[in-house]
Amino acid sequence: MKSMGATQEEYYRGVRMVPYDLVKELFIALAGVGVLALLAALILSSPDVAPVTIANWSQSDPVDFVTTATNELAGSSTSAAYGNPYNTVGAGQSWGPIAPQKWFGTRIPVDSANSFVIQPLQRASVGNSDLTSALDTWQKAAPDQQTKWLDAYTKALPDAKVVDGKVTVASGDYGPLPVMMSNLLGVAQAGGLDGLLVINGRFYQTDYTQPLLFIGDGGYFAGLAKDAQLTGSQWGMMNETGSYPGQTWLWLYTVWYQVPPFTSTTGFLGFNSSNADLGIIILMTVLTALLALVPFIPGLRDIPRWVPIHRLIWRRYYAPRKSTART
Amino acid sequence: MAARNSVETEAPADSKSWTLRVRRAIDSHLPMDHLLPDRQPYYVGSWVYVFGVVTIAALAWVIVSGVVLSFMGPQWWHDSHLGRFFNSLHFWSVQLFFIFMVLHLWGQYFMAGWRNGRAATWMIGVVIFAVSILTAFTGYLSQQNFDAQFIAVNAKDAMNSAGIGAFFNVLNFGQMYGLHIMLLPIGVTILVVLHIVMVRTRGVVKPIDPEGGAQP
Repeated sequence: MKSMGATQEEYYRGVRMVPYDLVKELFIALAGVGVLALLAALILSSPDVAPVTIANWSQSDPVDFVTTATNELAGSSTSAAYGNPYNTVGAGQSWGPIAPQKWFGTRIPVDSANSFVIQPLQRASVGNSDLTSALDTWQKAAPDQQTKWLDAYTKALPDAKVVDGKVTVASGDYGPLPVMMSNLLGVAQAGGLDGLLVINGRFYQTDYTQPLLFIGDGGYFAGLAKDAQLTGSQWGMMNETGSYPGQTWLWLYTVWYQVPPFTSTTGFLGFNSSNADLGIIILMTVLTALLALVPFIPGLRDIPRWVPIHRLIWRRYYAPRKSTART
Repeated sequence: MAARNSVETEAPADSKSWTLRVRRAIDSHLPMDHLLPDRQPYYVGSWVYVFGVVTIAALAWVIVSGVVLSFMGPQWWHDSHLGRFFNSLHFWSVQLFFIFMVLHLWGQYFMAGWRNGRAATWMIGVVIFAVSILTAFTGYLSQQNFDAQFIAVNAKDAMNSAGIGAFFNVLNFGQMYGLHIMLLPIGVTILVVLHIVMVRTRGVVKPIDPEGGAQP
């Protein structure tokens, strides 16, 4: 077998070679890029908008907080009806028989009603007889009765008033819900719910699945994102708060969310707005594979030969010359 | 000196030594004058060739600033001016890294850099691009600020729809942070080293022959 060293020498045989200092070039590049990055860091800094906490959500928009918590209890919030990997309520996205969301099952179980409302209230009920009694009434009530209370309370919440940070609704038959929600709001406003949703019986914790799902279910978080022009219809994940560039390299991924069939309800070839996430992941996987396989795809690999950009790059080679034969 | 010569003389030409075989393979495939060349073909004179080396330089700054940030912990840069500076240095190094990498990619595309046995080098380059996007994505998720929250809440739907979310939980800060500061940077670095070795092994590709094709 011929050595690669000999092969490179054969490859360049007859080509005029000129002096070159690779290490010097690398050091100059390190210095140049370092200066650019340093100047950008010093002059432009970087974005760091404080995260939303359940405490500041419940203080800033108590009605939205209570409405979201009621939806969690009713099983009508986004996370409660999500499907896998959190629960089996929603069917998840699929494209014909391709349903990977379903295939891998409920690997990160989240019971929104219990995790976000009942369990935190049970912890907060120690020494609170009103709350203990309300929880007891709720848990002993028949599901039909619970649904009636939830329906009535949900209908009353849009007209709720906020007085001194507390949410009050018009008189009605809401069962124990006003007491439960008032206590949950109080715990949340004091910052207790931020902690209760992450501890899960552990001391050390780095998993924010539950609080992020709960915050994401509310309208307050979405409103802040919309104000910061971050939402999907405004190019979504590639955006960043402030005037920073964000993940511009995701532009091709994000652009598909702006165009049919992924914006359409009727769709094309089974892809539509209801399975846009799956459709776009499949599309981007195919496009990435095509990019990797460009050397083997006739047409795509020939474009560089047809487009004379290479004549600019290698203008010395293509320029008419007095000596030095081309190889 | 004499003793060393006698040892070399005693070594059989067809030695079964693994060490000798590895050394011979390296000497054969990537001699030092190919790894660190002091001469290059005269046609290597465009700024396009600079995009590769500046991408590596930006990666070096990403790693240096990232090591400082990871050493001090994820909370440091929120509470300290010096931390904020290092985060900004990391942030802009990443931006420069992607700008240069994309320019390098397009440059290599229009040079049909995969010709004459260089298809694997191109393919590894595309993999580096994809893994770099994943690394940056986990970085954005590890910021512990409003951007990180928004990206996590939105990205979960795409990840879950493809079944990836069952194993790659974007809402789990610990998982994202661990991947971002350990496994993914190591992956990018190894792939970049492999890419450079492949480039140096084959040398830069010749200009496109107007009469020839663009096959690998």
